[in-house]
Amino acid sequence: MVGSVSGEILLEDKQQGDRLVLAGRGAWIAVNANGLETAIERLVRKYPSVRNVAIDMAQVERLDTFGAWLLERLVRAFAKSGREANVTGLKEDYRALMDELRNVKLEEPPLRSGGQALRYALNSIGENVASVGGSFLAIVNMFGALVVALLRVIRHPRHLRITSVVHQLDNVAWRAVPIILLITFLIGCIIAQQGLFHFRKFGADVYVVDMVGILVLRELGVLIVCIMVAGRSGSAYTAELGSMKMREEIDALQTMGFDPVEVLILPRILALIIGVPILTFLGSMAALYGGGLVCWLYGGIDPDIFLSRLKEAIALNTFQVGMIKAPFMALVIGAVACVEGLAVKGSAESLGRQTTASVVESIFLVIVLDGIFAIFFASIGM
Amino acid sequence: MVLSPHSNGEKEVVIEARDIVVGFGKHIVLNHTDLDVYRGEILGFVGGSGSGKSVLMRTIIGLIHKRAGTIKVFGVDMDKASDLERRAVERRWGVLFQQGALFSSLTVMENLQFPVREYLKLSQRLLDDLAVAKLEMVGLDASVCSKFPSELSGGMTKRVALARALALDPEIVFLDEPTSGLDPIGAGDFDTLIATLQRTLGLTVYMVTHDLDSLHTVCDRIAVLAEGKVIAAGPMETMLKSEHPWLKSYFRGKRSRAGYQPQGKAMTPDVTI
Repeated sequence: MVGSVSGEILLEDKQQGDRLVLAGRGAWIAVNANGLETAIERLVRKYPSVRNVAIDMAQVERLDTFGAWLLERLVRAFAKSGREANVTGLKEDYRALMDELRNVKLEEPPLRSGGQALRYALNSIGENVASVGGSFLAIVNMFGALVVALLRVIRHPRHLRITSVVHQLDNVAWRAVPIILLITFLIGCIIAQQGLFHFRKFGADVYVVDMVGILVLRELGVLIVCIMVAGRSGSAYTAELGSMKMREEIDALQTMGFDPVEVLILPRILALIIGVPILTFLGSMAALYGGGLVCWLYGGIDPDIFLSRLKEAIALNTFQVGMIKAPFMALVIGAVACVEGLAVKGSAESLGRQTTASVVESIFLVIVLDGIFAIFFASIGM
Repeated sequence: MVLSPHSNGEKEVVIEARDIVVGFGKHIVLNHTDLDVYRGEILGFVGGSGSGKSVLMRTIIGLIHKRAGTIKVFGVDMDKASDLERRAVERRWGVLFQQGALFSSLTVMENLQFPVREYLKLSQRLLDDLAVAKLEMVGLDASVCSKFPSELSGGMTKRVALARALALDPEIVFLDEPTSGLDPIGAGDFDTLIATLQRTLGLTVYMVTHDLDSLHTVCDRIAVLAEGKVIAAGPMETMLKSEHPWLKSYFRGKRSRAGYQPQGKAMTPDVTI
């Protein structure tokens, strides 16, 4: 006797010469499927020599798809080795189910060869490298599409969606002001504190003002703001465009004769190009304010001295360097976010993946761009 | 799970909804309404757009909270049931959502195996076999196994979603507009499929639908929701005889002619979006 599940016997076997008689009983249902499966596998191995098999299902009280499939599998296992299996006594109600399952064709699982893991790894490296090139091309393509849309808007200024630009500006700039102010203020404080702490050893306290001024206005103000905007607004752009892509809204726009770049992407990128310099300016001021406050409270440098020292340390071009970079970085963040948004495929997972890619890629490109600008400004002596 | 022989004589009530009130804010959608569903029947549930058909279905399966009333499924009062009892009941029904609601990050195969894996401990081979078997039962084949839901057509999505709803061999399946968005031929196939599965698996089917053809061809009984109440329930003949103005315009209106004629002749697309 085999096939006992929690004390209940589901399948009995009896050999009569070269004939095997099996009797099923009890409930052949999902909860018992696991036990039943092992029982069936054991049975098929146990009787390799029998010529024909009779399966009596009269005692089976309940049968569902799980049990029925296992019965079908038992029949198929015997049939495969050329032995005939007859099922008898099946209740009328279950016959339709068995007929249905008899037609199920299973595909043989494809064989896996040993070298496939290595090939798979190499394949994925290759695909990744190719996709870097692909996404670079996509960004260039986006720049092209933007220029075309921009030229069209310049020729027909009525095509510019002012409402949309203002709405996006509200989202990316106005609502970002408090958090940008707070973060840049803290960064200014920290730089001043660290500077004071270390410069004091050389008695060079007052040069902290130079450091804070140049660092904040040239580099940190714009970088911190761009990183914040990439995380805050770039990800939002990707998610918005991505979910619109998933719900075929972008296709709908296209079929109505609208250019998605003009309707969706241009306003978003214009908003960033206007918003990021403003945020950079505000952020730089907040950082200087934080630096000044720490110099006064922690370093004992009077606000008057701080201001006059700052005036000497920085020139207008220090400020210009930071501000000139801002719109270019905004353009990069916006373009990357929109490219990734449009690359979203059908699944929720893909939306998450593209949003991550958008933030990572845009922060990376912002830093690369900053480096290029540093070389450029150094060579023109700014 | 249990495939009870299709009972004759006294009909067993599997879903009993009494005095249900559901509202959103000040808007009352269901106003003290009752509904019975019997074992082994295919119930078509109709009503105007926005009348609360889906709301009642979602209330029964516990997705929307009701303000008053009782719901008993298999005799278990869903409000008083413990978590364990409720889960046991939930395992005995399957739901086909309007948009399929397939998990977009899982393949078709994984979608079908997901509920089974959660409730039962089965070997991978048996899981694979059963997933293919279920796919064949809904008229697909093993070739769609490795596809993702975003790669499926509308009709295939519905079929895969139905296969997933059937994954645990439920006793009741809830279908929310199963034929919406399908072409008339596809919708007809789907109706036949539901009828076949109902026969082979002994299912009770609760079908929210707008499709008059489905109502004519597969439904044993029809329940009509209007003004927050189930105003009529019975077989098609009763509906056609009724003099209630809403029923009259619904079942005997212009668009219902397809259903009036002998089957298979007229093919007015009754697809609702």
